[in-house]
Amino acid sequence: MILVNQQITHVSLAGSRPTSKSGHNKLHMEATTSKAVRSVSGITVRLAGDSGDGMQLLGTQLTNTSALAGNDVATFPDFPAEIRAPRGTRAGVSGFQVQFASEEIFTPGDVLDALVVMNPAAMVTNLGDLRKGGILIANEDGFNEKEFKLAKVESNPLEANVIEETYRLIKVPMTQLTREAVSEFGLGVKIADRCKNFFAMGLVYWLFGRSLDPTLRFIRDKFGKKPEVAAANEAALRAGWAYGETTEAFGESYQVEAAELTPGTYRNIMGNQALAWGLITASQLSDKDLFYGTYPITPASDILHELTKYKNFGVRTFQAEDEIAAVCSTIGAAFGGGMAVTASSGPGIALKAEAMGLGMILELPMIIINVQRGGPSTGLPTKTEQSDLLQAMFGRNGESPIPVLAPQSPGDCFDVAIEAWRIATQCMVPVMILSDGYIANGSEPWKIPSFDELPRIEIRHPEGTDLDEPFLPYARDEHLARPWAIPGTPGLMHRVGGLEKEDGTGNVSYDPANHQHMTNTRADKVAKISDRIPDQEVYGDHSGDLLLVSWGGTYGACHTAVKRSRENGHAVSHLHLRYINPMPANLGELLGSFKRVAVAELNQGQLRMLLRSKFLVDCQGINKVQGKPFTVSELIESIEELL
Amino acid sequence: MTLPVLKASDFASDQDVRWCPGCGDYSILAQMKKVLPDLGVPREKTVFISGIGCSSRFPYYMNTYGMHSIHGRAPAFATGLKSTRPDLMVWVITGDGDALSIGGNHFIHLLRRNLDINVVLFNNRIYGLTKGQYSPTSVEGQVTKSTPMGSIDHPLQPLSVALAAEATFVARSLDAHVKHLGETLKRAAEHKGTSLVEVYQNCNVFNDGAMAYAQEKKQRAENVIELEHGKPLTFANGTKGIRLVGTHLEVVETSDVPADDLLIHDETDPNPSIQMMLARMSYPTMPEPIGVLRAVSGVPTYDEQINQQVQTATEKKGRGDLNQLFNAGDTWSVQ
Repeated sequence: MILVNQQITHVSLAGSRPTSKSGHNKLHMEATTSKAVRSVSGITVRLAGDSGDGMQLLGTQLTNTSALAGNDVATFPDFPAEIRAPRGTRAGVSGFQVQFASEEIFTPGDVLDALVVMNPAAMVTNLGDLRKGGILIANEDGFNEKEFKLAKVESNPLEANVIEETYRLIKVPMTQLTREAVSEFGLGVKIADRCKNFFAMGLVYWLFGRSLDPTLRFIRDKFGKKPEVAAANEAALRAGWAYGETTEAFGESYQVEAAELTPGTYRNIMGNQALAWGLITASQLSDKDLFYGTYPITPASDILHELTKYKNFGVRTFQAEDEIAAVCSTIGAAFGGGMAVTASSGPGIALKAEAMGLGMILELPMIIINVQRGGPSTGLPTKTEQSDLLQAMFGRNGESPIPVLAPQSPGDCFDVAIEAWRIATQCMVPVMILSDGYIANGSEPWKIPSFDELPRIEIRHPEGTDLDEPFLPYARDEHLARPWAIPGTPGLMHRVGGLEKEDGTGNVSYDPANHQHMTNTRADKVAKISDRIPDQEVYGDHSGDLLLVSWGGTYGACHTAVKRSRENGHAVSHLHLRYINPMPANLGELLGSFKRVAVAELNQGQLRMLLRSKFLVDCQGINKVQGKPFTVSELIESIEELL
Repeated sequence: MTLPVLKASDFASDQDVRWCPGCGDYSILAQMKKVLPDLGVPREKTVFISGIGCSSRFPYYMNTYGMHSIHGRAPAFATGLKSTRPDLMVWVITGDGDALSIGGNHFIHLLRRNLDINVVLFNNRIYGLTKGQYSPTSVEGQVTKSTPMGSIDHPLQPLSVALAAEATFVARSLDAHVKHLGETLKRAAEHKGTSLVEVYQNCNVFNDGAMAYAQEKKQRAENVIELEHGKPLTFANGTKGIRLVGTHLEVVETSDVPADDLLIHDETDPNPSIQMMLARMSYPTMPEPIGVLRAVSGVPTYDEQINQQVQTATEKKGRGDLNQLFNAGDTWSVQ
């Protein structure tokens, strides 16, 4: 934590719900601390407990509250693939990391200023990330012989001398204190104990000067039908706050002022949510109804959960019998003239490969989303990775190039979804979006756009005719796109299919020259998109000692690392690719303007392979496949090694 | 405005038909072209979607919209199309390998969802396009290119599969019995919900005569029962009939039993148990049924319901407003 006095940007809270609702007046009776307050520029905190302990809920509440306080925020939820991994074990630990700051931030932070642990397993698996001198808050009721056995530790880790010496350890009997706080509501022990995450939340809120209001609103909304549970959770939250205020363990609390963000109205948004909203927006910008055919898979399923809420926006979701049916239904809807989208993660995309090739040769517009996770095979379902890039580029039989776009942050998913549909319809081609688990589940403040100011997506369907002239379903326009003639249009009856088609007529053709011509045309059509996408931008100078290249969800870490390296006087610049295929037209020139080029990616060097083969540039690789995002410090270290 | 009266030839595309001479597919194509003008659906509102195999070339020969898709997946393409375009008449053309082997999963799920789609399954009990391997409906012991010592697979019965999925319309016809075929296709088209028509189709190159017992006029009377709703099950020119004894069906001489002993066919029974017994009757121990085994009406279709939900949500909440969505929940403004 750095002591900085920030210029405070004026922030006004605009809660969505009317405060006049009966019973809500109590919300505003908030206590203020009488202890000393220390102002800091940013805090990174991780909340870790058993997967049943409600850590994800605690994390999202802390995130929203911090965003509402005007901080810039970035989050990293990290949870096991098992819904209920054996309780108390290391495998069952669920964590949520959030950084909130008074300056612009791009990552959820490398090292932790504070760590909250609910049991020994959470402590031993997360302690390594807590900085020396950092605050360690432990629910000491969760540290007993039974829990030590489950966590496979020999003795109480809180009692090791090194802990007291290295960190500011604060042991709180949370279970006990929560039971006392909720005793008046007559809940069973099991339900009472479930309130302890709200106790922990109250304590964390006190420590970082957060308002209780948004969470109190949340509790009343969520548990409104069970007033005794709502009251108990509220009591636990307030008890946690009061504990911070009264315990001698804390001499002071911390305050993070509002960040200076571009003026506008903001909300917090998660990547998958932004993708879903971007898709709905694209459908409305093009006057199309959205069809979303999919099969549940981590970490893409939340897009389905989100979209299916919005049927009144003309959204139809179809949970297919498998991944193949999902993409095929999407192609069917595209043939019918709808805005058709499918999504999955690596293993599901592998199953969709044949159909994607069909979509490509049918030359129909659609969007295929891959929210990447650790591979190969089932791999690491809940962990992030960028190892499906070459699959996106080449994972279909035959010569079958398709455009590939990659969002760089949770909020950017919104823009990329719209851009993907623009390209798909302009070029009559399936477009792949490569998101990843890190940005899908991560969140950040999002400047709310005005729908009316977004550029429209113009789509033309040829009109019907009763002329006898034969319709040419594979005639080409200036973008080499064929007409999107849809069933129901008189006179334009035609047949599409996976067999090679004669250009123009669309009749089945085995002619050698035609196959060469069609293969070239389909490739040229995608390549030509680079004429219409923005030039590649570079952060920093356009020449220098080192250019760090990145793509997708690693944007935040790479940007921050380059920023710090530049502050340290190094001639480093950052180039972040959002358009993977085709690449921006000026990319080759930029790569050639630096003494060295390094590509940082969460795989074994897939973009590096593409850049080397396309531009003959001797790129170096900064690679990691540990199911975790890059930390800023490891990138800075790699940059310094390369300089 | 009067709608133009279409003829069978209006439904023919300009492409040369490239099935082997003598193939049963020609008969099915001809009957389809003959039936379509009677249905009153314009050509541009008609879509044929097929998978892969000999039968799946079918859409290329129809002057309608069409898609020759990938192996086994035609039902999934059709589902996406029909869900978003309920105004279209959608046909799926498939074969025994396409629908029951590689596409088995999609086949059962299309049937259970009851989309208003018509499926015509060309069953020739062989892989034709890949030149003669056994298929999931090939009989046990059949010698083919891939089973030189005879097939050891137990064949799958498409009608049983469809009934198990509680399809709302299940029928069978023969490529050689053109009148029956035409009538069956028409009934399938008129049924609201997924209609399955299995057509015994002769592959005269790789499995010639495999179903001659049913196809050949002389043998047909003894080996085939033409089902008629509300009528007793009889065959062999009325000399033989089917009786339900306990949980089994048995063949009886009609002269030996009182007339009301014979099983009366009820295609509308929502309980598929007896229809399943009919589907399981197989040559040579029993005559095989053709016609409509099951036609249950009043079951909501998937395409109807998916669109109904959109309509209901819109009536309840009003047409979605994106600005409202973006600004709902906790927001804050920076000045």
